[in-house]
Amino acid sequence: MSDVRPRIRLPRSANAGDVVEVKTLISHNMETGLRRDGSGNEIPRQIINRFTCEYGGKMVVDMEMHPAISANPYVEFDVKVEDSGEFVFTWYDDDGSVYSETQAFEVG
Amino acid sequence: MLTRRDTMALGLGVATVTMIPGIASASAVDDAISAFTGGAAVSDGGVTINAPEIAENGNTVPIEVEAEGAQSILMLAAGNPVPGVATFNFGEGAGTSRAATRIRLGGTQDVIAIAKMADGSYARGAVEVKVTIGGCGG
Repeated sequence: MSDVRPRIRLPRSANAGDVVEVKTLISHNMETGLRRDGSGNEIPRQIINRFTCEYGGKMVVDMEMHPAISANPYVEFDVKVEDSGEFVFTWYDDDGSVYSETQAFEVG
Repeated sequence: MLTRRDTMALGLGVATVTMIPGIASASAVDDAISAFTGGAAVSDGGVTINAPEIAENGNTVPIEVEAEGAQSILMLAAGNPVPGVATFNFGEGAGTSRAATRIRLGGTQDVIAIAKMADGSYARGAVEVKVTIGGCGG
């Protein structure tokens, strides 16, 4: 898919040891494989089947997704930030594509 | 002789029958749970699910699950064609065992969450979501 675009929302600042809320969204149809087109042909499934977030090299959340996840998958979770570091967000598409986004985060 | 009304009733009957394969059977839900737990006992409570009581649009229903101390949480929609929704595995960088997402619900049904705790035990929570417009394509 060519129109896949990840978006991340992090808090502006945090202190060492804080638990911060991270919100992620990626534009994607999440085609279930259960729908049919106008001529009655099955539209093949194509979803993002896995999402991961790491911070400072540690796994935060590794999520397995099924077709019941809405289009433009939104995921929100909490991260413990001990030091400044880098967030790595990765989405895995059924077609083998991998979408990745990294963001540096400063702990004050 | 069939009146127009009878014909319409017949049509409704057919529609109802053809809808049935679109609902996950209870055994599909049980299978998904035992695949996650490995057949271990599951206790009630300790898992919080935040969901709207009534969702107007089944295409995107906000759901939040939380189970303090859970390593992973399995989320199922008991009334969808396929019950699996998501599994959240929390790593050492996680701040809590909480996650929120948006899901598709084909109709009014129970959303079930099974949490795997750090001590290897399993806990279960469930909440009914009433859906005005289903969200499974069709």
